[in-house]
Amino acid sequence: MTHRDTLLYLDGVTIHFDGFRALNALSLVLEHGEMRAVIGPNGAGKTTMMDVITGKTRPDSGTVVFGANTDLTRLDEPDIAALGIGRKFQKPTVFGPHTVWDNLLLALAGDRRPRFTLWARQSDEERDRIEDILRTIRLAEHRDRRAGDLSHGQKQWLEIGMLLAQEPKLLLVDEPVAGMTDAETEQTAELLREINRTRSVVVVEHDMAFVRALGVKVTVLHEGSVLSEGSIDHVSSDPRVIEVYLGR
Amino acid sequence: MSRTTTTLCLAFVLGGAGLLAVLNLATPAGSALHVPTYVVSLAGKYLCYAMLAVAVDLVWGFAGILSLGHAAFFALGGYAMGMYLMRQIGTRGVYGNAILPDFMVFLNWKSLPWYWHGFDNPMFAIVMVLLVPGVLALVFGWLAFRSRVSGVYLSIITQALTYALLLAFFRNDMGFGGNNGLTDFKDMFGVPLHVDATRDGLLVATALFLSAQLLIVRYVVTSRFGKVLIAVRDAESRTRFLGYRPESYKLFVWVLSAVMAGIGGALYVPQVGIINPSEFSPANSIETVIWVAVGGRGTLAGAVLGAVLVNLGKTYFTGALPELWLLALGALFILVTLLLPNGLLGLARRRPRAVATPTTPAAEPAE
Repeated sequence: MTHRDTLLYLDGVTIHFDGFRALNALSLVLEHGEMRAVIGPNGAGKTTMMDVITGKTRPDSGTVVFGANTDLTRLDEPDIAALGIGRKFQKPTVFGPHTVWDNLLLALAGDRRPRFTLWARQSDEERDRIEDILRTIRLAEHRDRRAGDLSHGQKQWLEIGMLLAQEPKLLLVDEPVAGMTDAETEQTAELLREINRTRSVVVVEHDMAFVRALGVKVTVLHEGSVLSEGSIDHVSSDPRVIEVYLGR
Repeated sequence: MSRTTTTLCLAFVLGGAGLLAVLNLATPAGSALHVPTYVVSLAGKYLCYAMLAVAVDLVWGFAGILSLGHAAFFALGGYAMGMYLMRQIGTRGVYGNAILPDFMVFLNWKSLPWYWHGFDNPMFAIVMVLLVPGVLALVFGWLAFRSRVSGVYLSIITQALTYALLLAFFRNDMGFGGNNGLTDFKDMFGVPLHVDATRDGLLVATALFLSAQLLIVRYVVTSRFGKVLIAVRDAESRTRFLGYRPESYKLFVWVLSAVMAGIGGALYVPQVGIINPSEFSPANSIETVIWVAVGGRGTLAGAVLGAVLVNLGKTYFTGALPELWLLALGALFILVTLLLPNGLLGLARRRPRAVATPTTPAAEPAE
């Protein structure tokens, strides 16, 4: 029913919250291996869209299909995570009392059931995998630190590392550079491009300089539906986008 | 909790119980070293409370489930044991009925209610000690955790659960001795209860059960399972997006904790000599939470320490200044919450162990 190159397909997704349309017939198609930036003013429905894809919120109507024919609206968060959709939140949520290493260990793809984790011993493959990720996210020297003690930027990277450890097919990244320094922002763009070599990524971001640096197709949301779509130059010259961003 | 704390705690429990038992048995009554039997039973009672406290610490300290009804599981384990001890009395009761316990004869009952059958068999009674609290916890937890009830709402339901059981067990028609409960026990597993050696044996047995419980709980909370559990405690929805099912993790520790509380209750009844509905009183469950908070939430050893110290205080106060006890307990809880968010064990180490410390955002900047 969907094109074979399509990884994620949203069609006519609508959600009401107390009479307010958080999403209004939203449609979006993401291809395998694509990186997409989603921008839009506050309340445009960016985070709600993430909630729908990851099973946190069920839409009132519309279709959400992942891969060939998996209907995401029927699944809950752990099921969707197991399918290979990982999510990074706006506010970094790492497990504060655990070390950086343990945060990654808990995120590693594997059996999630209590009967397994109760007896699980860390395997050599798991150790190598964590070492790998630590190098990618530049936190190798911080492996034994409490995650709660990391700086804001380091927490964001750790969370991206946890996403990688899940080995998802699709990463949803919510405002990865909010509160980061310029140098950290640049490194994060580099990191996301690196990740995009093997996985599809959806990035929600406010920071236009960062979106420009990513250099990918941009979707502009406004009042719960797609206002404009295309390259960053295309959308930023679209009069409707200019009106929404500057007209108020 | 760290290895050292565990070792110290086990040494305290086993060494203390062993010493009291030996001094009670091996020294003559007049000697300066002699430990009277009532002290042995009192220590045994404290250790039973410590088992309940460790059970509460497992769910509160490591899974963030603040149970205000855990004494219900303790009391149910106690009642299962009490029913066995009741049936062992046989013809030695006041009315000399070989089958019916005294209170049933008094109520003019002609036959044993169906749920009293089997309790003359010690193995059956032991299975019930584990099964009754376990199954209740399983049903309760399955319903609560699956519907994502948590926080203060869950605490209120646990409180309602123990209160409902309190009211039910007060009724004579329930067949558990009503207001008076079960008492007047004579012997256990064929050994007379009112003998010093039995008292010493029960104290040592309680110390062994408590030690086993500590080791099992420590294994659980330091395993990968325990790491997930702590993650659930601090950021439940995050664990869902990682693909974990928090409800399964909570349900497992909830049932494990209830069974452990039940064993504590079963050991408590022969040492105290009575079980009545007041054990279900919501105040008991709240007191247990105070023991854990005083010792240090999420430290296990702190739960043992808190249970023993607060109960020592209670024994002293209720004897010397009975009207002040509740005030002192309330003041203790407020002071610990304000001044010692990590309890007495938090005082002992400047930097609490990562695994053991619940996130207390308010306390972070102070470090």
